[in-house]
Amino acid sequence: MATYDFIFDGLGLRNWCGDSGDDGGGMTSMAQLLAETSGNDVVVSGWETPFPSMDVLHEACTSFPQSRALTSGLEEGFLTIKDGLKVVVDPITQPLSWALEGALWVMQAVPWFIMIPLLMGIAYAVSRSVKLVGLVVLCFGFLAFVDYYSYTMQTLAIIFVCAIICVLFGVPIGISMSRSDRVQRTMIPILDMLQTLPPFVYLIPLIFLFSVTEPKLYGIAIILYAIVPVVRLTDLGIRLVDPDVIEAADAFGMTDRQKLFNVQIPLALPNIMAGVNQTIMMSLAMVVIASLVSAPGLGVLVLRGIRSLELGVGLLSGLGIVLLAIILDRVTKAALARINVSQSR
Amino acid sequence: MNEPDIKISIRKLYKIFGDDPQMGLQYVNDGMGKTDLLEEHKQVLGLNDINVDVPTGKTTVIMGLSGSGKSTLIRHLNRLIEPTAGEVWVDGDNILEYNDAELRHLRQHKMSMVFQKFALLPHRTVLQNAGLAPSIEGENERAYADEARKWLDRVGLQGQADQYPHQLSGGMQQRVGIARALTSNSDIMLMDEAFSALDPLIRTDMQHLLIELQAELQKTVVFITHDLDEALKLADHLVILKDGFVVQQGEPQHILLHPADPYIEDFVSDINRARVLRVRSVMSRTPDAQGGRAGEIDHDDTLESVIALSEGDTALSYRVMKDGAPVGVLDMRKLVRALVPSVQSDDPESARLSG
Repeated sequence: MATYDFIFDGLGLRNWCGDSGDDGGGMTSMAQLLAETSGNDVVVSGWETPFPSMDVLHEACTSFPQSRALTSGLEEGFLTIKDGLKVVVDPITQPLSWALEGALWVMQAVPWFIMIPLLMGIAYAVSRSVKLVGLVVLCFGFLAFVDYYSYTMQTLAIIFVCAIICVLFGVPIGISMSRSDRVQRTMIPILDMLQTLPPFVYLIPLIFLFSVTEPKLYGIAIILYAIVPVVRLTDLGIRLVDPDVIEAADAFGMTDRQKLFNVQIPLALPNIMAGVNQTIMMSLAMVVIASLVSAPGLGVLVLRGIRSLELGVGLLSGLGIVLLAIILDRVTKAALARINVSQSR
Repeated sequence: MNEPDIKISIRKLYKIFGDDPQMGLQYVNDGMGKTDLLEEHKQVLGLNDINVDVPTGKTTVIMGLSGSGKSTLIRHLNRLIEPTAGEVWVDGDNILEYNDAELRHLRQHKMSMVFQKFALLPHRTVLQNAGLAPSIEGENERAYADEARKWLDRVGLQGQADQYPHQLSGGMQQRVGIARALTSNSDIMLMDEAFSALDPLIRTDMQHLLIELQAELQKTVVFITHDLDEALKLADHLVILKDGFVVQQGEPQHILLHPADPYIEDFVSDINRARVLRVRSVMSRTPDAQGGRAGEIDHDDTLESVIALSEGDTALSYRVMKDGAPVGVLDMRKLVRALVPSVQSDDPESARLSG
């Protein structure tokens, strides 16, 4: 006899259940196996009353599904909608594959003696700091010197593409959140989920959906993970714009569009840039995990270090990622600081 | 419906803040007061039956303590706040019937506003801030630069055009705010406690600036303040608000001499009356000047200056002149009586008719 027989008896569901106590050809629980090997029925004391979980209820009533039926049901459900989903999602996300492939090709095709000065130029244009340009040269020089140049460029290419797409989508989403409390209420749980869900969890359905060879697979994974800060901080930034200034804009007859582009976005820019900085950092973190699903770059080396226990490779590529992170962080922060100076009051 | 010299007229304006303002309005029409409405229905009576006429080319000061609804009232004039009921007529149009485009036109061309906290755009230069109104209409900086620079110079900001607001002091920022309002070339200027955030000396400077500008430009100014001294200094027409309704409105001198109720008496009791009251408000209106042997004074002189002239001798009386012609006589005894708040002028007509 199982503990919760009385529920099904009480509800008059015994017929629906079939014979109680019988394992009915279904799956067998560990307790039942133990009971069979020890040869006597399991005696359950009051102290050990199990929680009425799916498995325990299944013992009382074979028609009641076990928990493994739930997980396999989820899987089957996903597999059945997969094809339909793929028809829709595949063409929409195809440009992402092209962008990633293109960026990877460009970053590797351009020779180092053009690429490094170009990156120096970007760093200077953004930060106006010679010291920072020196840091950029030092880091890239070191990485190229230890023959990690092409890996670094691959990682950089992926981050550029993903960060740009994050900003492209994240800022408008953030703006719409800031303009409507209802959009904000629906978006916040989604953002919370994206931020807390372990990245491995959404890698699994993505693998089912796309083939592992397609760049968009890791592209989507990185974007989902990294878009959150720019959305949140855009929303916050626009909501924090001084209401007095907004009132002045209204009082002088600005249209909503003029208010958005001439007042709200410029004043929210420090916060938006802080979001962009966080987004870049998070895409860098995700690039390593994404190498599990064939993302090229420094992450591949880290993975090799783990898989074949090549300590040196793992350490050096880890250092490379740190250097890249420092450069990206300093350059975006310098840009942020310049905006802040021109707006401080 | 407007007399020719009335620019804005507010009729039966009500504003109720709450979940169901229309229901609140019903209660108010049935005679419920502000306190009861708040306690029983959790609705706040912001404005209660406001009727004000704003004369063209004059400064109308709306005065009240915090919570009296004065900032709410001024925001109804350009519909930054929508009323619960009532009418606001500007140049013969009820602006509450305006659609979005008409409302924007009103805000761009007819009314400009100066704010207590300046509300300048921190990412734009002083010049770009001053040129906000033309830039909203799509003019580029080169097109509006001359106009904006002219007004910046006029308010005393020569050579500051390329600064950013945060590089200026509070007083200078508010000068930018005023230049911004003037650059829009609108007839009406709404000033919401424009000088309240400034320290006293700078505030006095700014008051003089406004008086100068008014003498020159004759804009229709609606000025909000909680400071009676400021109100009396600037006002051609004074409206006193309390708890969302108009307690008294009229010529400032008249209000000072004939406070309508104890609330206003309280208010005006701390004022230096000698500095505010003018000869025309207390003189005896007799064209054929009997007496007045001691000398001639102008009808617009303050009592303070007359006291200085008489050297404190209460036995004297002066002949009052207006545009070179005698209009009355001021007896020093009467002047001294007018300085005591509780003693009213024994000739109320003279005060009402003056001005």
